[in-house]
Amino acid sequence: MAWLGVAPFLVFAFLFLLWPTTTLVVGAFQNAQGEFTLDNLASLTQPSILNAYWLSIRISAASALLGGVMGFALAYAAVSGGLPRWIRPTLTTFSGVASNFAGVPLAFAFIATLGRTGLVTTLLVQLFDFNLYHTGFTILSFWGLTITYLYFQIPLMVLILTPALDGLKKEWREAASILGASSLQYWLRVAIPILWPSLLGAVLLLFANAFGAVATAYALTGSSLNIVPILLFAQIRGDVLHNPNLGYALALGMIVITALSNLAYIWLRTWSERWVK
Amino acid sequence: MRESRIGAWIAMIIGTLYFLLPLIATFEFSLRLKRGEYSFEAYRVVFSDPRFRDSFSYSVTQALATIAVGLIIVVPTAYWVRLRAPQLRPLIEFITLLPLVIPAIVIVFGYLRIFNSSSLIPLTDTSLGTDALLMFGYVTLALPYLYRAIDTGLQAIDVRTLTESAESLGANTFTILAHVILPNIRAAVLSGAFLTFAIVIGEFTFAALLNRPAFGPYLQLIGANRAYEPSALAIMAFLVTWACMGLMQLFGRGVRMPATDTR
Repeated sequence: MAWLGVAPFLVFAFLFLLWPTTTLVVGAFQNAQGEFTLDNLASLTQPSILNAYWLSIRISAASALLGGVMGFALAYAAVSGGLPRWIRPTLTTFSGVASNFAGVPLAFAFIATLGRTGLVTTLLVQLFDFNLYHTGFTILSFWGLTITYLYFQIPLMVLILTPALDGLKKEWREAASILGASSLQYWLRVAIPILWPSLLGAVLLLFANAFGAVATAYALTGSSLNIVPILLFAQIRGDVLHNPNLGYALALGMIVITALSNLAYIWLRTWSERWVK
Repeated sequence: MRESRIGAWIAMIIGTLYFLLPLIATFEFSLRLKRGEYSFEAYRVVFSDPRFRDSFSYSVTQALATIAVGLIIVVPTAYWVRLRAPQLRPLIEFITLLPLVIPAIVIVFGYLRIFNSSSLIPLTDTSLGTDALLMFGYVTLALPYLYRAIDTGLQAIDVRTLTESAESLGANTFTILAHVILPNIRAAVLSGAFLTFAIVIGEFTFAALLNRPAFGPYLQLIGANRAYEPSALAIMAFLVTWACMGLMQLFGRGVRMPATDTR
């Protein structure tokens, strides 16, 4: 009887979420004849695919770590930086918008900002006689994509971290300073040990978030940057790997990476909730 | 405490610069279509493009259908889990979080494999079937947010008492859901709906791979072929997102949205 009421939901979830995903996972272990094989997984180690995974991991990690640090700084400044009251709600609202402002329009915005004729690029030349593009930077590169991803990564970090920072009680800091602790000691011995599961968990979530992102990268770089989502996109469109089952293995690799970072995030969050009450 | 306040200001100023500069740059760029003067010409060009109107209204329709179908699936489920099947909560919550774990591109890849023309359910054979498939895909993408919003809304009201009083007055389950529960969680429904709208309106991956004439693929096409129009479109997309989030906060006041889990 209990199952009856959730049956429509389960049918929906099976048809449009579980079945499609399972099919790919099964396909990753099959050859063209439908027989069991590990060849597809082994083929993932060919240099072009391995490079794609490696570049994806580096971009996701860089944008997650930088986004984590900057998001933390912003959230901390807003929560306990002694700034005017209106800053915190403004930051939260803006973060809600910016974390959803991803995809194709975000790519346009950064082309207008840091592209070859972008505003910041032009201003740097005019004001400081510094040509960004002479340093080898382009918006279609590792750093270009990372800086662009930060636009949704930082706000996401702010949104995740603000509640955790609220849990950091003022009394702990006061108690530490009465006992003679310096600011550094307070951070190392009190704040960081309490916060690190939230921090690490949030960074992992940011990592998964960047790893699965397609639209921004595709609109920004076309197919010139060899990252996994772009490679998979090309594979789905036109079987560029000339082996459909290898495509399924590529997808399986993505699921494994995002699933692991999400699981670690959930585990760390349950852990940190002991403190943030 | 003084130095930390200076540090806080520095962080805030750098953050503001990073977040405002691209918006200013995009806006400035969008005004440069006419040589030597600022004008809204790029916006005029965009608005007079029939493909803009077609793709935008296609995506608006998709978003509205997604919201309607999403609510039909999520509200009864969340209600049932709260009232009659609390033991199923961990399972249902786990499923609703899966779309955050499985990348969208992987989900749509699976769709193309199991709903293609040689399969049992050949949805991609007709354009109506593909439209429906895209809509179900969007419901899947919105599921984590929609479910959390509705569930938080239900948490704030006394579901059991409301249901029992309605039952004792002779209401059936449909009447209870439509006329008792839904009006009481209006705020949660609206904030979930606006967030869903914001997700669907510019979505690219699903629409491009299912080959539907949606706004996301149109944006990408313009981006690849034009210089100033993309900036005008980016400004419009930003305003739409801003409007959705603003309305969400306005209606969602009192409803604690799961901001911690936004993508």
